Amino acid sequence: MSSKPRTLYEKIFDAHVVERRDDGTCLIFIDRHLVHEVTSPQAFEALRINGRTVRHPELTLAVPDHNLPTTARTDAQGNRVPIADEESREQLAALERNTHDFGIRYFDATARQQGIVHVVGPEQGFSLPGTTIVCGDSHTACHGGLGAWAFGIGTSEVEHVLATQTLLLRPSKTMEVRVEGDLAPGVTAKDLIMHIIGVIGTAGGTGHVIEYRGKVFEKMSIESRLTVCNMSIEGGARGGLIAPDETTFAYIKGRTFAPKADEWDDAVAYWKTLYSDPDAVFDKSVTIDAREVEPSVTWGTSPEDVVAIGGTVPDPDTFADPSKQDAARASLDYMGLTPGTRMQDIAVQNIFIGSCTNSRIEDLRAAAEVLRGRRKHANIKWGIVVPGSGLVKMQAEAEGLDKVFTDAGLEWREPGCSACLGMNPDKVPAGERSASTSNRNFVGRQGPGARTHLVSPAMAAAAAVTGHLTDVRELTREPA
Amino acid sequence: MEKVSQIEGRAIPFGRKNVDTDVIIPARWLKTVSREGLGQGAFESVRAKDPDNVFDSEEFAGAPILVAGDNFGCGSSREHAAWAMLDLGIRAVIAPSFSDIFAGNAFKNGILTVALPPEQVDRLLEVAKTDPIFIDLESQSVTTPFQDRFTFEIDPFRKHYLLEGLDEVGLTLERDEAISRYEERLAAGQPWLARGTGVAA
Repeated sequence: MSSKPRTLYEKIFDAHVVERRDDGTCLIFIDRHLVHEVTSPQAFEALRINGRTVRHPELTLAVPDHNLPTTARTDAQGNRVPIADEESREQLAALERNTHDFGIRYFDATARQQGIVHVVGPEQGFSLPGTTIVCGDSHTACHGGLGAWAFGIGTSEVEHVLATQTLLLRPSKTMEVRVEGDLAPGVTAKDLIMHIIGVIGTAGGTGHVIEYRGKVFEKMSIESRLTVCNMSIEGGARGGLIAPDETTFAYIKGRTFAPKADEWDDAVAYWKTLYSDPDAVFDKSVTIDAREVEPSVTWGTSPEDVVAIGGTVPDPDTFADPSKQDAARASLDYMGLTPGTRMQDIAVQNIFIGSCTNSRIEDLRAAAEVLRGRRKHANIKWGIVVPGSGLVKMQAEAEGLDKVFTDAGLEWREPGCSACLGMNPDKVPAGERSASTSNRNFVGRQGPGARTHLVSPAMAAAAAVTGHLTDVRELTREPA
Repeated sequence: MEKVSQIEGRAIPFGRKNVDTDVIIPARWLKTVSREGLGQGAFESVRAKDPDNVFDSEEFAGAPILVAGDNFGCGSSREHAAWAMLDLGIRAVIAPSFSDIFAGNAFKNGILTVALPPEQVDRLLEVAKTDPIFIDLESQSVTTPFQDRFTFEIDPFRKHYLLEGLDEVGLTLERDEAISRYEERLAAGQPWLARGTGVAA
């Protein structure tokens, strides 16, 4: 073992090398694999065609999330409601069949543990610090909030992991995003990560694994850390992580697949070695001043198109890079916005609170806090709240949050990815706007022609109340 | 995987930056359980918006190369993006840079990703409007009928796999002994980690 100071990522990488090859690639052991219905059928099919088996069924966990409808899954008699869309039905049936045939643990659509893969993994204690975690989904970086090296893979890699429990990789470069100071009241983890992406750009982390460092992350709950790491890919980084600490250990303890009894102490002892050495060198470093972060909102069709809620739609002519000018003009054309418009003057018709970025209990509490005792504005035609898992849903209902949402005129749904990517029936109509707590404002992401403004849960709730993008601090400020 | 060595033909000039995988193949096309037929949904929003788009033009039908802007393939990890492009007949993409996940998915499907400096990509966008482009993986070069000759870098490991058309899963399975050694160490040292969901291995 080298005595060179190492970053957290480098420690995790080194611990998982099965074999270093002469060409510089390494065979890396994968500790945890999450599978959903969309990116796995072709991988299982390839295993069958080639007569291959799953090497470690116990290291893969499967759950349907992407195209599952979020309406009731059982009728009054307790019978399963059939899925209307034939292709979705087939894809979901394929996951059930594949996990059964290959002996993989599977939470079906009616299980209380069902939910979005990136909510389920941490919640079940399946995702652990210091592990390598993969999933055929780019938001896998999410699990980095627990101090794991987690990253999205394609279907060919899903097949490779199922068959060999390894991936052939080259070490990534390391990038430090250091945040100095504290966030102002009313500013959340979502606002911070959107601000960071606005600073580094959508390709700023390409080829790198990001480590988020600074007091602000140490003070964050695990839910908030998961939100931050979740959007690493929107900054181009396949992985993003935060060193595990006592907050992490307390979150994991007692969860279904977490280490138990005497093994717990061994696990914690190991996890305590997982931090970047004081003299470790990062290939790239960015420093952000937390005090400059305000509630954030996007104006365009790339997650880097971020502005503070008090700001205005930018003028493409003011961008230095000519290709960025063109991209911004195309974005504004799609979004139906004109430069100089105050963000707070933009009316929205749809509200989406959910997604792997913001559907955990803390997110729902933050939205409910704003909505309590209020009604959605007449402009809002459609507003849904989609909990990240059945367990989040139960917890929210135990706290009466579902009632707050429905009293406000929003719909309370079953768990899934929902309107984040509009694969299931939950879509934003063409030409209409949404204030959405999801992670991507790409053209057509929430439905063909849909115009997405990314925001935090509290900001989405504020927009529901006023019918336009709103600084949530104006609704939550104590009367003078 | 089929061997990849030389790719020659017309190149679709699509210079846009930050082309995300939702643009390459929208989510509604991901409900398939097969790799086939995704070309129908490829670049759907681009085609719907402009009837004179490059993807539906007779001139570029079946063109094996796509020339694009910076950060091509950002966003989702969907390998459907690579499958959809293959279905259109695209065997190589030239751009100033690529997202990591897309580049990996393209490689696994025998699509060559060629990263060149922006000014060279701009030149190729011009050439592509009227003339074919030639890519040679062995010499790592891109040439045109006008004496342009640009060389590109590629991971030697990926180059080898593409030239030989190797089956990565099959080759890794041959490393069974090394993987087994790692697994034994894991089971002995960190049984709490090796246990996973506890289903019988």
